[in-house]
Amino acid sequence: MSVDLTQFIPSFLEESFEGLELMESSLLNLEQGDDETINSIFRAAHSIKGGAGTFGFNHVTEFTHLVETLLDEMRDGRRNIEADDVELLLESVDCMRLLIEAIRDERECDSEKIAENSKRLEEALAASGSVMSEALTINADDAPTDNSSDIARWQIKFIPEHHLVQTGNDPLLLFNALADLGKVSLEANTKELPTLNDIDAEELYLSWQLTLHSNASEADIREVFEWVEDECELIITKEVQDQPLEAVTEAVTVVNTLEGSSQNEQADLTPPIEAHFAEPTPKNNTDKPVSKSKNDLGSIRVGVDKVDSLINLVGELVITQSMLSELGSDFDLSKVERLNAGLEQLLQNTKELQESVMRIRMLPISFAFNRFPRLVHDLSKKTGKEIELILKGEQTELDKTVMEQIGDPLVHLVRNAVDHGIEPAQVRLAHGKPEKGTIVLDAYHQGGSIVIEISDDGGGIDRQAVFNKALEKGLVDEKTTLTDSQVFDLLFEPGFSTAKEVSDISGRGVGMDVVKKNIQSLGGRIQVESEQGKGSTFRVNLPLTLAILDGQLVRVGKEVYIIPLITIVESLQPQKELINRVSGDMLLYRLREDNVPVIPIYQLFNIPCEFEHIESCLLVVVEADGQKIGLMVDDLLAQQQVVIKSLNDNYQQVQGVSGATILGDGSVAMILDVAGIIEMALTKAQINQQHQSSVQSQITRSISAGVNA
Amino acid sequence: MDIQMLAEDVPVEGEFSLEGIDFITSGDQYLTFLLADEQYAVDILCVEEIRSWGNPTRIPNSPCYIKGVINMRGIIVPIVDLRMKFNIGSAIYCETTVVIVLTVETENKTRTIGFVVDAVSDVLNVEASDIKSAPAFGGCVPQNYLQGLVNVGENVVTLLNVKVLQEIEKHQLI
Amino acid sequence: MTKILVVDDSNSIRDMVSFTLKSAGYETVEAKDGQEGLSKAQAGAFDLVISDVNMPNMDGIALCEELRKLPAFKFTPILMLTTESSGDMKMRGKAAGATGWLVKPFNPEKLLATIKRVVR
Repeated sequence: MSVDLTQFIPSFLEESFEGLELMESSLLNLEQGDDETINSIFRAAHSIKGGAGTFGFNHVTEFTHLVETLLDEMRDGRRNIEADDVELLLESVDCMRLLIEAIRDERECDSEKIAENSKRLEEALAASGSVMSEALTINADDAPTDNSSDIARWQIKFIPEHHLVQTGNDPLLLFNALADLGKVSLEANTKELPTLNDIDAEELYLSWQLTLHSNASEADIREVFEWVEDECELIITKEVQDQPLEAVTEAVTVVNTLEGSSQNEQADLTPPIEAHFAEPTPKNNTDKPVSKSKNDLGSIRVGVDKVDSLINLVGELVITQSMLSELGSDFDLSKVERLNAGLEQLLQNTKELQESVMRIRMLPISFAFNRFPRLVHDLSKKTGKEIELILKGEQTELDKTVMEQIGDPLVHLVRNAVDHGIEPAQVRLAHGKPEKGTIVLDAYHQGGSIVIEISDDGGGIDRQAVFNKALEKGLVDEKTTLTDSQVFDLLFEPGFSTAKEVSDISGRGVGMDVVKKNIQSLGGRIQVESEQGKGSTFRVNLPLTLAILDGQLVRVGKEVYIIPLITIVESLQPQKELINRVSGDMLLYRLREDNVPVIPIYQLFNIPCEFEHIESCLLVVVEADGQKIGLMVDDLLAQQQVVIKSLNDNYQQVQGVSGATILGDGSVAMILDVAGIIEMALTKAQINQQHQSSVQSQITRSISAGVNA
Repeated sequence: MDIQMLAEDVPVEGEFSLEGIDFITSGDQYLTFLLADEQYAVDILCVEEIRSWGNPTRIPNSPCYIKGVINMRGIIVPIVDLRMKFNIGSAIYCETTVVIVLTVETENKTRTIGFVVDAVSDVLNVEASDIKSAPAFGGCVPQNYLQGLVNVGENVVTLLNVKVLQEIEKHQLI
Repeated sequence: MTKILVVDDSNSIRDMVSFTLKSAGYETVEAKDGQEGLSKAQAGAFDLVISDVNMPNMDGIALCEELRKLPAFKFTPILMLTTESSGDMKMRGKAAGATGWLVKPFNPEKLLATIKRVVR
């Protein structure tokens, strides 16, 4: 019997990481926590140690054993919970994570760091006088069979206590196990058996004398009786020479229950009855080839309820399908109504199924939030600022892919809040604020998107400082009047940093632009609100999922395109008097106060169209990055949800197109990338700009300010 | 069109009963096709399917030989007109015009692309020793696409390197 | 068929134990803590219970005590999975009515060899 353990390693790794996360967050809460907090930390360490041992990662077991011992002392109250110990444990959690990551990535890990940490753990344990002598069983112990030793004859006297069977032990099975070690013969002693009236069916009155021919050691034999040794008298003696079996002259009772394995070998009519057991079966060594467990493919742990609801829905779908096919097998016009009802049901089923499938990809945002208590704890130590982190809306669900990619930007924003947001304690006190700063991470759903807010009660953003910096960088000129939000948007310009001294926490202002880029690449946006002296709020808006999109289908010539509904401001029939032609080539459409640049899709994509003139076209006004443009299309078609397919898989990224989808008729349609289209128009305008009048360049600048802000 | 059926129609040396999937041969098998009147071939193991020409959806601002994308069982597959790409013959679309969909696995991903050709002709068995290197005289097909030449009777079949075929050149817009 | 209840809060250990048992022809039911173990035990009869000790909600010792109160589990073998080889844990297990224990880490062969002492 051989089982390939490698198949369980991914699941071991996954739960170890979860355990580490739990350890970390609980350690950070230890001060406020109760007994259960330390218990849960202990349990997590304990599970990791157990799993690591089982799957043969002995270095993890060894290291975790130290951690566990320390935790055990805390749990038992033998050790007070000191800040230093918590710090040491947090660092140990990091080490465990390194060790486990190394296993996952199949590489070596920084053993020096681990060794250093082990040493400190040992010192901490030594200081408390804890005895570290407890032997650590590392290897999954293989039965220690000493093959060199000769077959010996063992005499085993087994006198169980009467209540033995009440713990679920069964002597017969023990004898069977013994038989795995060698050849067993036995006789039962029935002397203790009371008269029938006095027999208690739940008691055991027999005792046995067993003879074992085996090369096993006494320890091997004792191991078989390990679980009952306190409830029996067990005398094991070894007879040096393997002598021929002798008749044992005692009162014996045939044990009939030795299921078919008992057989009378001796022709002799006199007892003893020998029970022959199977020889130990040779170990099956045909191990399966060790399949390398690669974890590249991400996996999702899905709640059973979500799977169940899927199964239910599929069940309904099957019913609808069979109903429809039955209807179709002999269809006539009288059944149109039923057909319609069936189709309606199909639509409903499909919709629900889609939602259910999407839900599978949704995870609570706590997965992304979890790392922040530790981060803030560390940063707070580093900066000497006392900071409380409040997490809200942790159960808000978000698509797994979005979650994975939003982590880093969030880290940056939180670091930024600690570093630039929260003031040093003296400053806070001087302003009549509590010494301890507060950072709040909040997440909630709003329409079809999720909003994540990072707010601090720090000094707020110095509007003037930002403006001056922008002046210095030549991003604005003195005469420009900007709204607050426009000023704050400057923070996301590449290379922009207002910190007077560069710290190693938020770095050199590289990042905020990257943060914005990352968020945009997820189809999201970021806004800042800030009040000087009171604090700032960074608000990140993200789509719930990257896989599905509400789209407006439009037609240009023979082509159908999809415009994400979220980007559409309005669609309108252009009125002649509101169209302005500037610098020959550029069209502007007056939309109330705004002059919206008009971009004919047919020109941009070099395709034939039905109407070349804006007067006969429809205008879809879309907005991205605060910039509005009007897309010229021939016709507006339906609005529908579309599944986004990448063009990248088999082709490459296409400018102005974020992906493709498959329409109801099976044809493919391109999904427009509004931000990309603005950029394209801009590039085009910039090329023209070189030979065009200043009017044009002004427009370009205004678009450019919109795009880059 | 089914490759299997094609294979059954093709007599293979030393094998006379060609039923089911047992067209046992040595060497590699290639699917041959026509671009104008020239014969080309690709490794048959890369052939995902052969389908008739259908109007694909254009990709904005793509080179002219990229005809667009189609939906092949939920996968978005770009369509390349090999005749236009190699500048052989004229790109007319008629009844025999077919698309050979090829799939190649590279280190970390698989890529599926359809290629428009004038007609699919045969399955060809080629021993490695029969493949001759292509002479480096300039033709329409760039040298790096060529895997080699094979003589079939009077004709010469050009073996194309599918991996190179699958590379989409980065092209700039506008 | 011999039916075994496997209770462990660690997925990987539970999977491993369950997989090993199944591949040896046993039928298994899994539970992720003592609480779930108890309710699954109440719902059906088992020939053996293998339970971890350290678990949230209800630990293995408590589970064992609860199971022994059920008539159907009076004689059912209950094995505890423990990393602690110390006598203390074994005594606690025994006192709660456990049949025996398996010291982690163990390998599948060892697991199968050991449970033979309590199930057919």
